[in-house]
Amino acid sequence: MTQPSPAIVVKNLTKSYKNHQVLKGVNFTVQQGSIFALLGSNGAGKTTTVKILATLMQPDGGRAEINGCDVVQEAGAVRNEISLTGQYAAVDEMLTGRENLRIIGALRHLPDKNARADELLDFFRLTDAGDNLVATYSGGMRRRLDIAMSLMGRPPVVFLDEPTTGLDPQNRLAMWEIVKSMADSGTTVLLTTQYLDEAEYLADHIAVLHEGVIIADGTVDELKQKLPQGIIQLQFKTEADLQKARELLTGYPIRRGETAFAIDVQTDGGAKQFADILNKLNYWNVADFTFAPKQPTLEDAFLTLIGEK
Amino acid sequence: MSTMNLARREGSLLGDSMTMFGRSLKLSMRSPEAIFMALIVPAVLMVVFVYVFGGAMDVGGYSVVNFIVPGIILQTIGQGMPAIAVRVNSDMTKGIVDRFRTMPIAKSSILVGHAFATLVQSAITVAATIGAALLVGFRPSAGLIEWLMIAGILVLYIFMMAWLAVVSGVHAKESESAAGLMSMIGILPFLSSGFVPTETMPWALRVFAENQPMTPIINTMRALMLDQPLPDGALRAAILWCVGLTVVFYGMALAIYQRKTRR
Ligand SMILES: Nc1ncnc2c1ncn2[C@@H]1O[C@H](COP(=O)(O)OP(=O)(O)OP(=O)(O)O)[C@@H](O)[C@H]1O
Ligand SMILES: [Mg+2]
Repeated sequence: MTQPSPAIVVKNLTKSYKNHQVLKGVNFTVQQGSIFALLGSNGAGKTTTVKILATLMQPDGGRAEINGCDVVQEAGAVRNEISLTGQYAAVDEMLTGRENLRIIGALRHLPDKNARADELLDFFRLTDAGDNLVATYSGGMRRRLDIAMSLMGRPPVVFLDEPTTGLDPQNRLAMWEIVKSMADSGTTVLLTTQYLDEAEYLADHIAVLHEGVIIADGTVDELKQKLPQGIIQLQFKTEADLQKARELLTGYPIRRGETAFAIDVQTDGGAKQFADILNKLNYWNVADFTFAPKQPTLEDAFLTLIGEK
Repeated sequence: MSTMNLARREGSLLGDSMTMFGRSLKLSMRSPEAIFMALIVPAVLMVVFVYVFGGAMDVGGYSVVNFIVPGIILQTIGQGMPAIAVRVNSDMTKGIVDRFRTMPIAKSSILVGHAFATLVQSAITVAATIGAALLVGFRPSAGLIEWLMIAGILVLYIFMMAWLAVVSGVHAKESESAAGLMSMIGILPFLSSGFVPTETMPWALRVFAENQPMTPIINTMRALMLDQPLPDGALRAAILWCVGLTVVFYGMALAIYQRKTRR
């Protein structure tokens, strides 16, 4: 079976701001029509990567191709293939939603720009607000308009830089559905995010960007195997109990918990280790505590992945 | 390989600039302070100069209002410029330019659009100023040819100012300094032949006033409006200043824009 050629190929990408090296050799490939999540914490270099792919910035080294066109040598051709929805909404406040869309349509030379604008307003549930100034829009509406503007020209490859940051849970879910439907219609989507659950829900393929390199890369299932699964959160009542527990459980990796007098204990997820922990605490009369399994967070993932390196 | 057969296009400067012009014009017509500047300021300035300062002004053989109309026109055009600079600056700093730069369009079209929209905004200002002047006793004696020449000079002047505003907007790091530079330019008409004859000025000021671009523009417009003979070389100096500075500012705006958006 022959694979279709990939939509995005990134090889050994490097980039520095003055003497701060942000990208230290980034590699990944995105298949046609798939959703690819670039996962990383604040300052990881997500926006920098996206800006290079969207022809806003040139890399110092390495190369990147969109649908076979080099982002440096063939920037003009690349711009015909892509659209970028930046981290901060780039919409004209003093124009209406419809006017914002029509301007993009005119610049993209769409023969059906008015119909296309109406279609997108409808799809993004902005029809009622279509003729209001964007200045009156909520954050969620602005984000949706921003993405609608990116889709005006029906680009085959779409970049979304943190599309859900700052959205409330309801708008976040709506955005997820929108991203899914983009991929369903054959568009290749590269999105960046700081949230593991978002990448998990949306992406066919996830790459974790940390300190300028991709430290993990794979499908959700492949990646999950690498994530810590057996974290147990122990919540004590006193500092004395907490200290005692730390002494008793020296055999396990322990991190400070999110609340006072709490710790996160890393286990292999098996019953044996779990019983061992409870027994040890019970035996030494550290019994006044509650426990709960903890969902691995992006931070846990990082710590585990970095630990592996 | 593209999944959709999008026609490959590079931008066309003319077409894209027209779209950007439409955008800038809408933005400028919807900003309340721009409308205020365009309509109210000319009227206020007219009243202040004619009724408040007018009695104390000695402008030779002219009526005060007939004398100061050209200066007031340049002044009110200048009043609209900080808003243009701020608009250009906010496009630069708020990600708007980045969105356009990822699209296959002519690079400088966004700046050209702002410059042409300035022409329309300033034309409204000029009409409001002349209207206010007529109400307070301005009595021009220009014929059609003279008015067309005045319009031509004003178009050149507005372009010059518009590109200076664009320079200020692309250069500034934030909107305050973009507006600040353009506000300073607003002083220039006062240091010209616009409000008092240069002969009455102290020596140093007079040398400056007689050699800065506002003076030949004002002298030419005044002679045309009042149907008097054109002062020697004033028309030529006015045109040379405007065209020369427009070319300089246009070049600067593009150079700064290129530098700031260099990849
Ligand atoms: N123009 C710039 N000049 C200097 N340093 C920069 C510039 N842009 C970004 N940086 C630095 O480069 C690093 C990576 O920035 P980048 O914006 O790519 O991160 P990010 O992953 O998008 O982060 P966030 O989640 O906060 O958006 C950060 O440390 C940032 O401070
Ligand atoms: Mg970012």
